[in-house]
Amino acid sequence: MTSSTETINDGWGPALSDGERLCLRCVAGAMIPASAVLGMPGADDPAIMADMASSVKRDRPALARLLRGIDEAAGGRLADLDAVAASALLDRLRAADPAGFAVAEAVIARAYYRDDRVLMAIGMEPRPPFPKGFRVDEGDWSLLDPVRDRGPIWRASE
Amino acid sequence: MPVTNDPVDVLIIGAGASGAAVAWSLAETRMRIVCLEQGDWQQSSRYPSTGRDWEARQAEDYAIHPNRRAMPADYPVNDDDSPIKIANFNGVGGGTILYAGHFPRMHPSDFRVRSLDGVADDWPIDYATLEPYYALNDRMMGIAALEGDPAYPPKEAVMPPMPLGSTGEMLGRAMNELGWHWWPSDSAITSRDYEGRAACINLGHCGHGCAQGAKASTDVTYWQEAMRARVEVRTKCRVSRIETNDDGMATGAWYFDGDGREVFQPAEIVIMACNGIGTPRILLNSASERFPNGLGNSSGQVGRNLMFHPYALVRGRFDRPLDGYRGSRVFMWSMEFYETDPARDFLRGYCYQFTRGNAPATTALNGLGDGLLPWGEGHHAAFRRLFDHQAGMIAICEDLPEEINRVTLDPSLKDANGIPAPKITYRLSENSQKMLDHSVARGVDILTRAGAKDIITRSPLPYAGWHLMGTARMGNDPRTSVVNAWGRSHDVKNLFIVDGSVFVTSGGVNPTSTIQAIALHVADQIKTRIHDLFD
Repeated sequence: MTSSTETINDGWGPALSDGERLCLRCVAGAMIPASAVLGMPGADDPAIMADMASSVKRDRPALARLLRGIDEAAGGRLADLDAVAASALLDRLRAADPAGFAVAEAVIARAYYRDDRVLMAIGMEPRPPFPKGFRVDEGDWSLLDPVRDRGPIWRASE
Repeated sequence: MPVTNDPVDVLIIGAGASGAAVAWSLAETRMRIVCLEQGDWQQSSRYPSTGRDWEARQAEDYAIHPNRRAMPADYPVNDDDSPIKIANFNGVGGGTILYAGHFPRMHPSDFRVRSLDGVADDWPIDYATLEPYYALNDRMMGIAALEGDPAYPPKEAVMPPMPLGSTGEMLGRAMNELGWHWWPSDSAITSRDYEGRAACINLGHCGHGCAQGAKASTDVTYWQEAMRARVEVRTKCRVSRIETNDDGMATGAWYFDGDGREVFQPAEIVIMACNGIGTPRILLNSASERFPNGLGNSSGQVGRNLMFHPYALVRGRFDRPLDGYRGSRVFMWSMEFYETDPARDFLRGYCYQFTRGNAPATTALNGLGDGLLPWGEGHHAAFRRLFDHQAGMIAICEDLPEEINRVTLDPSLKDANGIPAPKITYRLSENSQKMLDHSVARGVDILTRAGAKDIITRSPLPYAGWHLMGTARMGNDPRTSVVNAWGRSHDVKNLFIVDGSVFVTSGGVNPTSTIQAIALHVADQIKTRIHDLFD
């Protein structure tokens, strides 16, 4: 774990502090909980959290501000509230600051939906698009016949 | 101490869509041609689609908004006073690195809006003037298309169109039931191997750099040919201003090189190719005793008449699985509502660019923003209803020119070299708003006919200021325009502009095809008139 004074040399400010990471984990778990039925981890899964915390760049300052604000609104730490109270608090804060929470949602979703377990559970191969690419069916070009039959629709300019 | 380089015959500022085309065309003259580009060459191995974190990286170094990206190549843009935010890319290839490759031509009527509809102004050139350059540009860029589109005069296709996929079939059937026009898009994407470029493999990430090289960004098209013809591209060189002499002629440009040194590049001909924001920025920053209101600005039109294309989005959810994140982002358009219809409450019109679905994180973020994807227990079930089950369209609306919509120099915001940043002042016109409303209503009709549920609309899209036009307009009258019918400044007879700044009106289609056709037209005029070019 990094401390609050650690700086990542990527130009986007200090790393998330231990407290901010703990808060982020609670937010991530509330947003996307695990599903035993579907065999999917929650967004608070340790591997996903580690990926999330280490990869957030341009959103880091705004995310850190949001997380500190959440903890402050929780009277100390969001992690110390029980699940019902934490969920109610997050609902209230999201309604008041949708733009701020959109940053957290982006960070969480982008880390969650690249985890191998998650991708396989939603039917994707766990790989980047390049170089294998994907297949797209050509489609039925005869569908254009009625469009042709109606004739030109462009407007002459002279 | 500032450095002065050896003089060149032609200095092109900007290596994007238009700079590349004009450089390639002029290369055959054997003149010494240098292009200054503030960004750098892109490495396809660094494009987001090469990594597992592709969706996250789309919002980082390859984000569309320059203030978000904030890379060394970028300059800040103050667009606080505009509901539509600027999208661009700075580097060799310019906006073509990030564009989706939707490549419609403007229509014949677009050049005659005053004559036909009594609004704005006619262009001093017409479709017939540009037609051979459109065709040449299609061959140079490698455009996939299907001949016979009833929305256009006849035109040749370079290669077969991009696949319709299940999304195109479904939407095409709905359009047929409504009796409305649709057609596979002209796409700047190779559907077949073409001139050393591999065919598209449906990565689905055209909008953040094509790792396959199938998308026609000018770094892999025109620039390869131009450099083989000995045009020099000098990267990491940010131009601050154009210098002039006592005869009122441009003598070259001042720029900051990659080490921050100020350098003067003398030139016989200066060509601006910096887009509808960058070009007026430099011209306004070139104000001097001779040109107190900015270079080439005796008309007062430099920076004015800024046009975007206001975008509306309509997206729906379907019960059946569709193409989702697979396949080119552009594949099919409709010009049903393109031409003026007196029965409507607005003039001019718009096209639809149909869209497939999105990758998983984007699906989730859209769902959260649309209120279709909850936090907590219901997240997974709701996500599965959306993922691979969405499709829709965006409407690209014609934006008529208004002097109050403009680019000026920000009094305090500057880039890393101390050059004033552009400030955007823009408001949506009543005509544009009515057009947006119409496009949303008809878009809902289309998706409803196709069987969509949970239809979401967004209008105008805020982060969609891709198309930057009108800020150094073309015209025959020096009192009301900045350049003449062949791109030469009315005021400075060796200064040319070839980017979207010269558009008189915007049309209702993506502008890159027309920008490049104009650049080729201007280049041909320079070559044809070379012996009396400055008369």
